[in-house]
Order: sequence, then structure tokens, then C-alpha cells
Amino acid sequence: MNAVMIAIIEPQPIWYLMLSALLFSIGAFGVLVRRNPLIMFMCIELMLNAVNLSFVAFSRIWGDIGGQSTVFFVLVVAAAEVVVGLGIIVSILRRKPGATADDISLMKG
Amino acid sequence: MLAADPLFFRGLSLAVVVIVIVKVLIVFVVGLVATMFMVWFERKIISGMQNRVGPNKAGPWGLLQTLADGIKLFFKEDLVPERADSFVFKLAPFLAFVPAFLVWCVIPLGGDFSNGRGGLVTIAGHRTLVQLADPPIGILLVLMLSSIAVYGIMLAGWSSGSKYPLLGSVRASAQMVSYEAALGLSIGSVLLVAGTLSTNGIVIAQNTISRWHIIATGVVPFVIFVIAGTAELNRPPFDLVEAESELVSGFNTEYSSLRFALFYLAEFMNTVTMSAIIVTLFLGGPQPITIGDTTLNLHLGPFSGTVWFLLKLFIFLYMYVWLRATLPRLRYDQLMNLGWKVLIPIALGWFMLLAALRVARDEGWNRVVVGVVCAVVLAFSYLLLTAAVRTSSKNREKEGAMF
Amino acid sequence: MQLIVFIVATLMVLVGAVGVIVRKHPVHAALSLILTLFGIAVHFVALEANFLAAVQVIVYAGAIVVLFLFVIMLLGVDASEDLRTDPITAQRPLGAIVAVAILALVGTSIIVSRGILKVTAAGKAVKAANNLRDLARSIFSDYVFAFELTSVLLVIAVVGTVLLARKLPKPEPAVKS
Repeated sequence: MNAVMIAIIEPQPIWYLMLSALLFSIGAFGVLVRRNPLIMFMCIELMLNAVNLSFVAFSRIWGDIGGQSTVFFVLVVAAAEVVVGLGIIVSILRRKPGATADDISLMKG
Repeated sequence: MLAADPLFFRGLSLAVVVIVIVKVLIVFVVGLVATMFMVWFERKIISGMQNRVGPNKAGPWGLLQTLADGIKLFFKEDLVPERADSFVFKLAPFLAFVPAFLVWCVIPLGGDFSNGRGGLVTIAGHRTLVQLADPPIGILLVLMLSSIAVYGIMLAGWSSGSKYPLLGSVRASAQMVSYEAALGLSIGSVLLVAGTLSTNGIVIAQNTISRWHIIATGVVPFVIFVIAGTAELNRPPFDLVEAESELVSGFNTEYSSLRFALFYLAEFMNTVTMSAIIVTLFLGGPQPITIGDTTLNLHLGPFSGTVWFLLKLFIFLYMYVWLRATLPRLRYDQLMNLGWKVLIPIALGWFMLLAALRVARDEGWNRVVVGVVCAVVLAFSYLLLTAAVRTSSKNREKEGAMF
Repeated sequence: MQLIVFIVATLMVLVGAVGVIVRKHPVHAALSLILTLFGIAVHFVALEANFLAAVQVIVYAGAIVVLFLFVIMLLGVDASEDLRTDPITAQRPLGAIVAVAILALVGTSIIVSRGILKVTAAGKAVKAANNLRDLARSIFSDYVFAFELTSVLLVIAVVGTVLLARKLPKPEPAVKS
């Protein structure tokens, strides 16, 4: 009986939304707490992914493909953002090897 | 969710499950045997080209040489360097090996494509495709797996905790990421003509020899795909990853025993896989040679598709060995120049040309005019590109910049 | 069956996400990130967004994380971070409070509106096999302007990064007059 139940239950969109909320807050926590600029960046990627997941879940709920188009654009923007961000990180770390976010608190280099 | 195989249309039954399990086993065994064979094939052919005998002791014509090597490696000491990151070090060989295997899931290995039967065969009353899965995103799965394959090499080099492997893996990852762009763009041309992403659909679209994509897309994407594929495999002449004279053995210097064997197998399996992808994309996969209405019939019944597939596969396996025996290794800047300044622009330009011609056909425009306009635009872009390259290299010389 | 897929993918996502924020070493964090990305890709497939699942793996796992690893390797910033100390007083508790607040806010709004968050008839009618066609129609008709803008954005990003990362030549010493 239990096996049959497990086979029948379908995940509801609301589960995906909850997962996305959880993922987003984990990412936010990481950005606030970690000090290595690269890992902060990875946490931002986590937050972007959480939002992507919720977009796709909404697109599934209303059968509107627009949500998926938005995710596509988010992917492109994320790629651009990572390229620029890593460029900045590279030029900072060249000047101050091993710098953490706390060391870069001044506007002057 | 992903399966579009008529096997599942009537729901699951025992027979269906058994057929799927048999298919999985076949794909697994084919993968392993093909790799073992490829190792032998490469050594034998290359020894022939270099006037040597090659492996000839283990088994008839040395066929069991790979097995003997494997057994030997199995009993070697398994070494993890002290400075290695042991978890990543142990994970890396699997990351290299598994993607190479998974590609076989979407390759049509045979089937009956005559008279629009679409590669379906009947096994015990169930109509099914001779491929493990036919997802609607088929060829993207191949691209996905090839983009994951970078990790195995990259992490192997990094986790060894030693200089040469690190250099080798940095080289490898830059090379594979750059050539993936050219690979993707030439696949784009094929998809434009085939109009589908599923590998089965791509094979169905190539039912006569004039509609094989090598001809239907003009030979250019094929040539680009083969070159970019060779670079993606890190095979000669693009094997800077393991340039012995510079990097000892590249990313796998610190590996020994079974883990080394996995890298070794993955490398050869990737060669076979890439050949199979080329055959599927450009040479009609298991489709027989058909000119006009006459089909070259092998009279092998349900196996003829597989035989055709293998025959075409051999051409490319031989070609890869031949390339290795013939061409010297490129320098690293030559490799990057070839990828970024030659292959990607040509692939992109050709893709645009095909797209323009296709729009012209659909809208009923004058094809000659469209062709001339395209030629002018492409020539202009070429001039712009060469001007840009010339200016940038001049600036670089003046500044003496590192990159 | 779908439930099992959901549970496994969710575990991948969460283990990976927690891994990113607790692993000391940047390379391990990047590996955890890959795990999360794969989990999300599996969720995309389950939500009938096949194309996005493929693009997710190709773009994120195949390009973005490779870029991360590349920077880590090239710069040699693979020194582990000491996570035991908390350099700014109460940074972690405050961070945790903010994260829990976000979760509570979003979670409450989801639970409050759970009545309308069910797959509608229109949602059920969407077929995964047509996913690519639908998506292409949407991108190249409704959002074609945004699509063209992303190409501009990418070019700007590339040019900007080349300028940022290039070692500029030293300014020539001023000629004494």
C-alpha cells in the first residue's frame, strides 16, 4: 500500500517554491557571512538559482512560457555578471594577494 | 518525462522492463568492448604506420593486449600523493569516465530506417528504438556531457598538488572551453537543417545521401566539428595537455593503478564516442547509403543498421589514429588562435549563411540575391576581423603585455 | 516515482548549498555549487523545462563554474579560510537572523497563497515535447527586444573585463624640459 502511495504522490509546485525560498535564504546567509570574495560570488549564484527555480515553478503553474524565457535571460545576465565580477576579483587579488572582503573596505586601491 | 520511445506508450509491463534492462546492458558492454578494441586498434594501426609490429603476444593478433594491461594496472600500488586533496583526487577519474559512458545513451546504434520506419524495430511484440533513450533535447545532452568532461581533467590536475599536472589541467580546461564554442556552433548548423534536437530525428532527416548533413550543410560545419572535436578530445595534434617534453604526462602524472586506468579508458572511450557523434550528426548514423531511390542493401535484416553504423564509425576511428601518426603537436598560442580567430568566426558565419538561405527559401525570396548579399556581408566581416586582429597584435607588441 | 526524483534532487540542492557556505576551501565550495546546479537542473526537467535544464548545465556547470575554478587555480587563492573566528562581532548571528527573516517572509507568503498555487488547466496542457518551440516563440517574439539587449550586454561585459584584467603598460616617465 505504501509503495503505491509513493508512486502516486506528485510533487506540488508549492514544494518547489518552498525549496526556492530555502535556497535563497541559504545563499543570502552565505553572502552575509563568508569573507572570501569568490565564495560570496558563489552564494550570489545560489540566490540566482533559487529565483530561477521559482520562475520555472510559476511557469508550470500557469502554463505560461514567459517564466522560462525570463530564466533564459537570467542565465545570460548571470554569465555577464560572473565575467565582470571575476575580472574585478582578479584585478583586486593581483594587487593584494589573499585579500578578503574585509580588506577591500577602502575605495582607494 | 524524458522518454519519447514508443516502447512506453502502452504503459509498463515486465517485457518492457526487461527490454530496457537488456538495452542498458548492451550499451554498457558495447562501450567497454569498443574502448578495449580502440586501444588495440590504435596501437596496431600506428605500429603499422611506423613500421613496427605492435602488440602481438596476448591473444590472436594481440587482441587481448588491453585486458592484459588492465589486469596489470589493477595490481599496481594505488598511490595518493601526500600533498594531494584526497577526496577530489579520488573523485576526478570518475568525473572523467562517467560522462564518456553516458553519451552512448543517446546515440542510435542501429535500427530499421527504410521506408520511413523511423528506426523502430520490433522485439517480442514491442516496437522500440535501438538506442537507450531518445530525449527531446538529445544532442544538447551530448553538449552537456562534454562540458562536464572538463571537470575530470581540471580537478585531477589541481588536486594532485604538484606543478606539472596543474599546468596541464589549466591548459586542458582553457582548450576544452574554447573549442566547445566552435563545436556548439557547428552543431547549430546541423540542427538548422534537421529541425529537431532528438538524435533519432536527426538520423531520420538524413534519408538519402544528398540529405546527409555533411552535404546538406555544406562541408564546412563537418570540418569544423571534426577539428574542434579532436581538440575537445585532447588528441594529437592538440594534445598539449600531456605534452611529454614539457609537462611529464600532464594532468595524470600523479595517478597510478586503477585510477590511471580509468583516465586511460576515458580517453579512448571519448574517441569512440566522438566518432559516433560525428557519424550520427553528419553521416546519417545507421542509415544505409541511398542515392536517389536505390538503396545499398546489405541483406542482413535487422542488423544492417548496426553494420552501417559500425562501418561509418571505423572511418573516423581510423582517421583519428592517422591524424595522430601524421601531425606534429601545435604550439599553445597557435591552438588558441586556431580556435578563436579561425574556427569560431567561420562556424558563426556559416551558421548565419545557412539561416539566411533558409529564410530565403521559406519566404520565397530570390536565392541568388540573398546569396550575393550574404557573401558581401561575410567578406566585410572577414575584413573587419582581420583588421581587428592585426591592430590588436600590433598593440600587444608595442605594450609587451602578457596577454 | 516523481516523488523519489523530487526528494533526491532536493537533497542534492540542499547538500550542495550548505556545502558552498560551510566548506573552507574555494574548490570544495565550487564542487558543492555544481551539485546544487545539477539538482536544480533535475528539478527543471521535472517541471517540464527540458531546454532550460540543458542550458543550466551547459552555461552554469560548463562555463561559469569552470571560470570560477580557473580563477582559483590561476591566482592560487586556494588557501583555506579560517572559519572558526568571527572577525566582526555578531556578524554570523545577524546574518542568520536576516536569512531566517527572508525565509519566514517568503515562506509565509507562499503558505498564505497556497490556494492559488496549484497547477492550472493551462499548466497541465503544456507538453514537454513542445518546450523548445514554445520557448523560442516566446523569446523571439514577445521578448525579442530584451534578447537583442542581452547580446549588447554580453559584448559590454567582455570588453569591460578585458580592460579590467589587462595589465596596463606603465606610463612613460614625463620628458624633462
